[in-house]
Amino acid sequence: MKLTETDVRYVANLANLSLTPDEVARMVTDLGGILEQMDRLAEIDTEGVEPMAQVLFEADDTATLRPDVERAPLGSEAAVANAAVTSGGYFKVPRVIER
Amino acid sequence: MTQHTVESIRNGLLRKTFSAVEFTREALAHAERENPKTNAYLLLAPERALKSAELVDEKIAAGHDPGPLAGVPVAVKDVIVTKDLRTTCGSKILANYIPPYNATAIDRIEAAGGIVIGKTNCDEFAMGSSNENSAFGPVRNPVAPDRVPGGSSGGSAAVVAQGTAVVSLGSDTGGSIRQPASFCGVVGVTPTYGRVSRYGLSAFASSLDHIGPFARNVRDAAALLEVIAGRDPLDSTSAAAPVPQYTAHLKAPVKGMKIGVPVEYMKHATGETAARVNEGIESLRALGCEIAEISLPSTDYAIACYYILATAEASSNLARYDGVRYTSRSADSATLSGMYQHSRGEGFGAEVKRRIMLGTYVLSHGYYDAYYLKAQKVRALIARDFTNAFQNVAAIVAPVSPYPAFRIGEKVYDPVAMYLSDIYTITGSLAGIPCMSVPCGTTSDGLPVGLQILCNHFDESKMFRLAAAFESR
Repeated sequence: MKLTETDVRYVANLANLSLTPDEVARMVTDLGGILEQMDRLAEIDTEGVEPMAQVLFEADDTATLRPDVERAPLGSEAAVANAAVTSGGYFKVPRVIER
Repeated sequence: MTQHTVESIRNGLLRKTFSAVEFTREALAHAERENPKTNAYLLLAPERALKSAELVDEKIAAGHDPGPLAGVPVAVKDVIVTKDLRTTCGSKILANYIPPYNATAIDRIEAAGGIVIGKTNCDEFAMGSSNENSAFGPVRNPVAPDRVPGGSSGGSAAVVAQGTAVVSLGSDTGGSIRQPASFCGVVGVTPTYGRVSRYGLSAFASSLDHIGPFARNVRDAAALLEVIAGRDPLDSTSAAAPVPQYTAHLKAPVKGMKIGVPVEYMKHATGETAARVNEGIESLRALGCEIAEISLPSTDYAIACYYILATAEASSNLARYDGVRYTSRSADSATLSGMYQHSRGEGFGAEVKRRIMLGTYVLSHGYYDAYYLKAQKVRALIARDFTNAFQNVAAIVAPVSPYPAFRIGEKVYDPVAMYLSDIYTITGSLAGIPCMSVPCGTTSDGLPVGLQILCNHFDESKMFRLAAAFESR
């Protein structure tokens, strides 16, 4: 199936990504070429194969749990230190709800 | 500076030939002088480095053991966070990010007496095979300055090859340690998945991401892995298996070790790369290893499988760079969704956008089963190929890259060609097994070629032993 500019704009919107018209045109070509490679997977028989989501090793069920011990958190000052816009120790974003 | 090893620095310190502060000053001055030739360091950290060096000198003066990495200048790929030291991930969107914490690997290196001397250039968010996707300019290969150092950990490979660090940390998702190691003629190690904590490694594809060492010899790489490996409560995927003392068994004989050579890899290998690798295989035979042809039948589907899974995971992981918490924010931010879209559109480079788009596409409604779920099943088949192979052989050897370092600009405009060049490294990444690149001669143009060694899960000791025997052939 051939990828269109409409498909690219739809996916960019899902990904919260603004693209210039040039970038959209380039994506049609680039993604199309890569998806062609990916479509080869249809050739391989995976009947009855369990999907592998993660590299797993033998371990106890509780192996990934850490002791429930209190630790000092980062603190709000450090947490917001890299934010573009803050206010009173909080992250600030453009207005979402109109009054 | 270019001759020093972990051991020679330790001996120099303990015999008082030099102090850690003196050695660190010299290392920093050398790096500052040499770096313009390659652009491998994005920044040097003199204050932090000298502070760590003072601690090492104090320990020695007090008669304490200064640690297994005492005084060793360590360079760190800029996708690994360092407290109070700018960490950009090679991206414009994080150009001013100052992490409030250290990655676990960094804490362990500094506790072992290692000196973090700077942060190295890399492809943006570790996405690339040439280091040309960095927002801060490409890195030049120290061996051939008109050529790429490989990627994505190009800077970390280059500093070790150039002698502006003794060892370094890189990250590997589909070959980002082994390929640049082979291009620059150094040792690069991708440990078993979960062997090194990923805490503080900025996430690209979480089920495939690894931190691993670069060094100029096998022993130094093993020494660095010994320090950074092991269970970490802050990474639930880090393995609890005890960490062997890799450096203690490097000289054990490899005579009689059975080594597999995958037919599917060698049939594609051509030219001088294939010639060097075949000579490497003959050297292993001369060392007494038994060479056997093996088959990894799912290899042909590995690239498609990898680029579906890695981009799907990346599209989720990179959602956090949204103009709110860490990153720069677009001036074009009248609405919340506009702020997200423009901050990301302006902050990310072309390759990162391409991968976010691909990942979002393969996860989107109607395509999930055909791409993502299918790729996870193919991943299981690729992992099974290795499990089957390791029932008959102790290790597998293969090329690292189909060709040696290419010219800067030669492939950057062809993403498909760039992805296809990862064929030999992504299979091991998908299976989560330990693999490494060890220098295997050069082409007639003097370009380094790497030999890849792959072993079964947690078999790093055997892998290092074989690499050490090969290195001293």
